[in-house]
Amino acid sequence: MAQNLSAFLMFFGALLMFIAALGVARMPDLFTRMHSSTKSATLGVGFIMLGAAFHFGEIGMTMRAVAIIVFIFLTAPVAAHMLGRAAYFAGVPLWEGTLSDALRGHYDRRTHRLINDEKIEEQLFEGENGR
Amino acid sequence: MTQGLTIAFLIAAVLFCLYRVARGPSLPDRVVGLDLLSSVTVGFIAVYAVVSGEIIYIDVAMVLALIAFLGTVAFAYFIEKGGMPWRKT
Repeated sequence: MAQNLSAFLMFFGALLMFIAALGVARMPDLFTRMHSSTKSATLGVGFIMLGAAFHFGEIGMTMRAVAIIVFIFLTAPVAAHMLGRAAYFAGVPLWEGTLSDALRGHYDRRTHRLINDEKIEEQLFEGENGR
Repeated sequence: MTQGLTIAFLIAAVLFCLYRVARGPSLPDRVVGLDLLSSVTVGFIAVYAVVSGEIIYIDVAMVLALIAFLGTVAFAYFIEKGGMPWRKT
């Protein structure tokens, strides 16, 4: 029973990873590729680790699998966010079918910060100088 | 049977990632390919640990997951700070 469950979980994880890689190879744009890869690869690693934990069925193996799952669920969104932000500032072109770019005009291209933040900081700075 | 299908899907995923790393028109595309490649490799090592029956390989997968995160963050940091100076415009 545990062996069947383990085999099914690992197969499902591998299927998710295959879908992620298919999206990375076939999507037209960097950001759609990241949308494909990050989520389903994270879930795929989680399922494969769960399958391995069920297969061995020892406390040490289960602890390692849980540690890997927690670590990947914590770090994958951080890495994807940093990479997407860096790519947006580096000027990677969007797909020609893109309908809207909600960030356009909201960032200072030179300092990489939100324009509203800079206005607020300028006001604070002037207020301090005025006193 | 199921193990064979699992390994076949993982090998196909590795090949698609390598295609994106070789083809990708810009540097962040290649970094996305490398990031997914490291995730697929973590899963591959876990599957191999199950196939061979050795628990010790799971430690390798854990270390690889740590190192891959550091690599992606380093690439993102340098792309954001340095831009892509070889691009026109």
